[in-house]
Formats: sequence, structure tokens, C-alpha cells
Amino acid sequence: MKNNLWTIAALALVLSACKSTPMNPAKVEDSSVTRPVATNQGNANDNAANTDKIDIKTVDVDTSKDQLDAGELAKRQIFFDYDSDAIREEYKGLVANHAKYLTSHPQAKVVLQGNTDERGTHEYNLALGQRRSVAVKNALNVLGVSDSQIETVSYGEERAKQNCADDDCFQHDRRVDVVYAGQ
Amino acid sequence: MKNGLANTRWTLLNTFCNGVLALVFAIPAHAALEVEISGGGAVQIPVAILPMTEAANVQGKNRLHEIISNDLRSSGLFRIINTGGMPALPTTASQIKYTDWTALKAQGLSLGEVQQAPNGTLKVSVQVMDVLRQTPLLQQTYTVSASQYRHAAHLIADQIYEKFTGQPGAFATRIAYVTKVGKRFTLQIADYDGFNAQTLVSSNEPIISPAWSPDGNRMAYVSFEKKKPIVFVQSLYTGERKAVANFKGNNSAPAWAPDGSKLAVVLTYGANSQIYTISADGSNLQQVTKSSSIDTEPAFSPDGQFIYFSSDRGGRPQIYKVPATGGSASRVTFEGAYNVSPRFSPDGKYLTYIRNDSGAFKVAVQDLGSGEVKLLSNGSQDESPSFAPNARTIMYATRVGGRGTLATVTVDGLVRQRLSEAGGDIREPAWGPASAVPK
Repeated sequence: MKNNLWTIAALALVLSACKSTPMNPAKVEDSSVTRPVATNQGNANDNAANTDKIDIKTVDVDTSKDQLDAGELAKRQIFFDYDSDAIREEYKGLVANHAKYLTSHPQAKVVLQGNTDERGTHEYNLALGQRRSVAVKNALNVLGVSDSQIETVSYGEERAKQNCADDDCFQHDRRVDVVYAGQ
Repeated sequence: MKNGLANTRWTLLNTFCNGVLALVFAIPAHAALEVEISGGGAVQIPVAILPMTEAANVQGKNRLHEIISNDLRSSGLFRIINTGGMPALPTTASQIKYTDWTALKAQGLSLGEVQQAPNGTLKVSVQVMDVLRQTPLLQQTYTVSASQYRHAAHLIADQIYEKFTGQPGAFATRIAYVTKVGKRFTLQIADYDGFNAQTLVSSNEPIISPAWSPDGNRMAYVSFEKKKPIVFVQSLYTGERKAVANFKGNNSAPAWAPDGSKLAVVLTYGANSQIYTISADGSNLQQVTKSSSIDTEPAFSPDGQFIYFSSDRGGRPQIYKVPATGGSASRVTFEGAYNVSPRFSPDGKYLTYIRNDSGAFKVAVQDLGSGEVKLLSNGSQDESPSFAPNARTIMYATRVGGRGTLATVTVDGLVRQRLSEAGGDIREPAWGPASAVPK
């Protein structure tokens, strides 16, 4: 018992999504792109969410993949206590290492993604995760990183494990992920 | 073109207040409506909903009288009289032998017929009789497309509900929700009972916070498809889709103004969540709250004058209100250490929200006249409450056996239902306005 108009609307949506031309990732990797492609811009045709996202690898002369993926800079997760946005002592070194990299690579850009455990409402958790990403941003700012290099966002509980039984499980979700543009 | 809710239906199970009698209705495959009636003293109006005269080629999988019966029964306010033992059932008003029905204590009786026009449209004529007075209560004809068969039944159920209770029904209404099956998020709309589910948008990244426009033609929601929360508005009928809030940082928690001209949204830029208003076309951004705290989950009051929201400006999260054009905020909730996610009843009499009650998140309802607060649910992770257009019922997300499930509860706490998704999670429900009907 489908309503025809609904079906047409849904079909139109799916068809419009089908129109999106998938990019060839190999092609992008082959070209010597020296400018970061902002990951939140995407393809102009890629405006329908039901198009599977193709991760675009960007090569940036200033953001050497090798350097970021090795050593201390490869550490990208900062964990928090329950209901807290205070950066624990043990993560201050990690934050300082990223600050050092960002100040010495002014073209590098970083997205700080806040996360929470699943307890509470989706939107309130989004706000709590944001508070954590802002706490990391403020720490980077103090160490000289410019606001123009940082975007703070939150996934709230959207990437949290479900049905955690104890705090060891919840602990994993209370974190900020440091994500470099182009990675 | 996978329809993620193909296996989703209400499951039905009646549990009376003493817990002794459990009555399970047999409803066709996947269709099961779970209704728990609790609280005692619920008076149920006995009605006979007789099969309509309809040719086999127009009958739905569930026939009209079955759909009407399920609607009325699920409200908890009606008892459907079993006509199985009757030798012959009347098909027209003139055939009714009223003594048969008074003997069965029926207060109402409905019958009618369905005719198919050459162009395929259905003419559904229904008569509802007052059995005690032996007079017609309702005589109505609905002309609908063949695909609106279930909708016609819901419209009739709404009429019967209103005739006997004096309140409008909410059966011919629609809901929106998000399913998560595997790693796939899908925003769907469906009839209130889970039938006729249609996909609006799906993504491998999260989708949250669907919000119906007051005219029922558009949906605002938050999609993470670009690896960050962005507020989109999508037209249900044209598929036209626009990012109305896509600023640096987060863009979330869309809530429509009652006139549909603008939305309240939550933006962060490089700091904490704050409330703004923005026109539905993405222009005319205005900041409403200016605090160093979290201000989120905005909801317009039905008169459009205020925005209610969640804030931790006083330490723990509580609900506050602020003039919709900005100004100073005042606190609304005082009971309980943690109250979030405010949503109004359409008549403005009640506010529903989520309370953290000693670690368990439950649905609360506050009578805005008297200030009285009642806890309506007893889950541990209940969230996203929203009112039916008739203000009688609240739908919310809960978890059952580790899976996301939708549930409803009446404002008086007496009638409960559940809707689950086979093989996946279902969450973030939003009950559509009265105008959100199939078109």
C-alpha cells in the first residue's frame, strides 16, 4: 500500500543521488596536488547523503604524511574523565607535540572531533563533545596555534559504543580525535 | 532502494492493570502493535466495527475495519466487540437489529462500503450509529487514491475517536525517525503505526534530530555526511535539499518556528554551543543566546514568543526559556538535577523533556499551568520525546534488549506502545504535525 507520491519523491531522491559522479580516487592521488582540499567541501555533485563518501587523499607539501604518521604525532586521541572537559596531565605532552607541529607548519589545518559516551540525549552529547574539542583548541591556542588552523566539531555520542556495561567501555568514547586536513 | 523499515511494525500486547490477562492480537506478518494498558480504572468504550462491503480487488492486506479496530484499540479507550459469533452482520443501517447490539453492550457501531471508480480512486462511505439512541452519529464519504486505503481507515478511526471521546484522534498522522542497520543511517517517515515507511535520506554517517516543518512539507535534520554536523532542510515532495546552516564548527538541533519561516539552530564556531535563528532559506542569521555555557536543544513555544532550551549555565543541565529575539533567560525546570530536550504539546499546555533520574534517563511531562511534573517512562536511556498533534500521546526513543526502539505513552501514563525495527536500531522519533498527511 504505497503512496505513489511518496514513492516518486523517494525515487527522485535516489535518482538524484545516482547522478553524482563518483570521483576516481587514484586519479586524485596521482596528481601532484600541493594545496589541501578541504574535506568538508566535496564534489559539487556530491550533495546527496546517500552517495557513499570517497575519502580523498591530499598531498600537502607542508603536511608530510610520513612526519604525521610517525612518532609522537601519530598519537591522536585525548581521553577525558566522565562529565569533564579537563585535559589530563598525561595528554599535555601530546597536545604540545601537535602545537609544535602546527606552529611550525602554518599551512597545516586540524579538525578536533569531540566525542562522548552514549548516555544522555544525542544533541546534549553533541554539545558536551564540543566542549571537549574546545578545551583542546584552547590548549593549542595557549601554545601559539592560530584559530585559523583549527576547526572544533563534535560527533557527540554518534560514534560511541553501544550497550557499554562498565566505565572501561565508556572511557573509550570520552575523547577528542585530532584529524589533520587531507588525512 | 532498500526500504529499511519493511520489517517494522507496532507489536501488540495488551496487559491489563492487574497483570492477569494478556491478550495478543493476531496481526499479519511483521505487523504487531504492542499496547500495554496500565494504571487501573481505564474505562473502555465498547464499539462494533463491522466489515465494510468491499470487493476483493480493493481490499488491503488488512481490511478497513481491521485497521480502524486496531487504531481504536491501541488508544486504550475503546473495546472492540468480537462479532465472531454473530450469525449475520448488517451491511447497511436499515439491517441493524439494535437489540442484538445492546445485548452486547455496544455503544457504537460502524459499517459502510468501498466503491472503486473507473479511474481507480476509492469512494469510502462510512456510517457510525449511536446504538443506545439508534441514531446516526456520523455519515461520511472519503474519496482517496487506492494507495491511501490505510489512510482512509485512519481518518475514519479519527472521526470515531472524536465522536466518542470529544477529543481529536491522531491516527491519520505521520512520524519521522532514524534507523541504523549495520553502519547505514536512514531517515524515514511512516504512518504513526509504522506502515508505509518511506526513506527521505540515507548515509553511512550519522543522521540525527529530524524536525517537521509546521506545514508538514519539509524536514530539517542534522547530517554528518561531510564529517561534521550540518543542518539540512529537505522538501518531502520534491526532494529539494539545502544545507541551511553550514558554518565553522557544529550546526545542529534544528527547531522550526510555528510559522515555518525560520528555524532555531545551534552553532558553535570555535566555542560552546549557542542558539541562533536562521531563515528557512539559510539567510538572516541572528544570535539568540550569548553565554559561556552549553545552550542547546531549542524548541519554540507554540505562540512563537519564546525559545525553550537546555543549558548548564546553572551547573547541571536544566531547561530555560528566552525571548525568541534574544534577551535574558529564565529557568523553567526546578525539580530534578538534570532536565534536557524540551518539546511542547501543540496546545501549549504541556512541556515534555528528559530527566536524568539517578542515572536513568526518563520522559517527564510538566503541566505548564499547574507546574506539576510526572515521570512517564521507566527506561534507562529514554530520549527524544515529541507530542502527537492531539497532545494526548508522547513518542520517545528507548532501548529494549540493547536495541533502539520507539515507544509511546499517554500524558496520563495509562497507555503504552512500542515500535521496533527488525535487525537494527530505531531512534530520534519526531511526531509530525496534523498537516503531515499523505498527499
